[in-house]
Amino acid sequence: MFTIVRDLIRYNIEFAVGFAILLLLIGAVILSFFSPYPAADIYVVAPDMPPDAEFWLGTTSRGQDNFWQLMIALRNTLAFGLGVAFLSRILSLVVGLTAGYAGGRVDRVLMAINDSVMVIPHFPILVLFYFVLKDDMNWLMLVLILSALGWSYDARLIRSIAMSLRTRPFTTQSVYSGMSMRKILVEEHLPYVMPIVFATTMNNMIWSIGMEITLSVLGFTDVDTPTMGQMIYWANSHSALISGIWWWVAAPVVAIIVLFIGLFLLSMSMNEYIDPRSRLNRMGS
Amino acid sequence: MAAYMIFVARRFAQLLLVVFLGISATFFITHMTPVDPVTESVTAITNFGKSDPEAIELMRKTLTELYGLEGNLFEQYVTFWSRLVRGDFGPSLSAFPTPVSQIIFRALPWTVGLMISATLISFTIGNTLGALAGYYRKSRILKIISLGLIGLQPIPYYVLAFILLILFGFVWPVLPITGGYEMNADLNLSFALVLDIIRHSILPAMALVLVGAGSWLTGMRALTSNIVTEDYVTFAELGGVGSTRILRSYVVRNAMVPQLTGLAMSLGAIFNGTVITEIVFGYPGIGTLLINAVHAGDYSLVLGLASLSIIGVAIAVFLIDILSPLLDPRIKAE
Repeated sequence: MFTIVRDLIRYNIEFAVGFAILLLLIGAVILSFFSPYPAADIYVVAPDMPPDAEFWLGTTSRGQDNFWQLMIALRNTLAFGLGVAFLSRILSLVVGLTAGYAGGRVDRVLMAINDSVMVIPHFPILVLFYFVLKDDMNWLMLVLILSALGWSYDARLIRSIAMSLRTRPFTTQSVYSGMSMRKILVEEHLPYVMPIVFATTMNNMIWSIGMEITLSVLGFTDVDTPTMGQMIYWANSHSALISGIWWWVAAPVVAIIVLFIGLFLLSMSMNEYIDPRSRLNRMGS
Repeated sequence: MAAYMIFVARRFAQLLLVVFLGISATFFITHMTPVDPVTESVTAITNFGKSDPEAIELMRKTLTELYGLEGNLFEQYVTFWSRLVRGDFGPSLSAFPTPVSQIIFRALPWTVGLMISATLISFTIGNTLGALAGYYRKSRILKIISLGLIGLQPIPYYVLAFILLILFGFVWPVLPITGGYEMNADLNLSFALVLDIIRHSILPAMALVLVGAGSWLTGMRALTSNIVTEDYVTFAELGGVGSTRILRSYVVRNAMVPQLTGLAMSLGAIFNGTVITEIVFGYPGIGTLLINAVHAGDYSLVLGLASLSIIGVAIAVFLIDILSPLLDPRIKAE
């Protein structure tokens, strides 16, 4: 594991940059626990102060220190993305491995459902959820809803690998030695798809965090927990751009872009690492 | 041809399944939650003043009927479907008594127009650049352009649209940043109106194209660099076929089929993006309508919009799916 990371950093510039951003994010998350102000408290510092030595990213019109807000928002947003990724990975693994291994009717039924979830537009459904839940909408609920929507694409990917694993001799041998289907899937096939699962985690986080930001900016989530989208939401509702408090908007927007490019670079370089053909391409060029 | 008909029939069954699952999901989301839309609406209306209990009771009864909430869950489900098939989503509450379907069909052309034009532009740009970048692997300019577009691709639609809004609204105000046409525009069809509408659609379309083009580019580049190593391409090169012709008829033609399948698969996401971008720019389409309906507490309009989005996207996916094999040069051999 360590040597893989070291080699990737040495030979793959995308991975090196992505990894550096990842370390930066982990640093921010650790830092967020040392915040001198409770996250939800407002008017704890002088409002509308531009960035200076005391307030590195200025202060907001709600009297919060922008820097510490950003650190806590990063932590919450990342936790949200990881939560969705974890739950939806489990779903896509169960569906993908089962469909690929069982084949036949099970495969057709599962894939028909899978493809339906894939093409249904998610945004109107999420808005509908908010519309009926209103104040009962909390972060746990949103994690569950997004997990239920975000597994289909990766389940198809996992299924395609599981289908080829089924025809390998070791699977036949396991069947003849009397292993149960569950055991074959968990002990024999799961290790083969794990690299793909890690790479799709990044893509899934890009998607779920993007949705979180969109919903939060519109005010369709619990806006009292600081997240990246919630910061822009409050900045917009105080017309920060018009009143010239540009740092309030710039901080989360820049952080979001860095976060997404970091995740994207990691997923891209992992995909490349998994696919030996593109690794050869890189060595050749 | 028989094989193709079976394929179409299968896709049609899939379409029915998507619509069934999607509509059932919207039904159960709205009916299984503890929140009662009738109570919500009644509270919203009676918030403004005192009403006598009898009037409230009457209102409650009317709303229950209007929302199709009479009887047990199964009866409500049947009512929901029978109304949907007739295209009847009831009257809108915020624009009473205009029927919901009429309001939606007024907004629909904006969304469809924006979505189709932005998708066509990003699909063309992404695939052309991707094919070129896959074929001319050494070109430095293509590498830089690819890097830029791929870097924009992971940024969420909302954030990119928001950045464009800041750039062209505050930093360099040259383009209109809100609405679909000028406030006092003369809505009779004229050259000036068309120009005005195009001017207003530049920024939303630009946001969609900038986010969208990168993924087509990566897909096409990978496909192209695989196809270039095929024997028939090498043979054509040795036979002296020009590189433009090789790229167009030997490479891109073959790569188009998986790209179109990709388009069908990502249509739902593109629709999300269009809706989100509309909200940022206040574009008068489905997205803005949806948000306004949520803020106004317009139950039937939100439900109608969600249902229609699912049906519309499902039908569009079905059409692309059944048309894409016809473009496959190999299908004629059958």
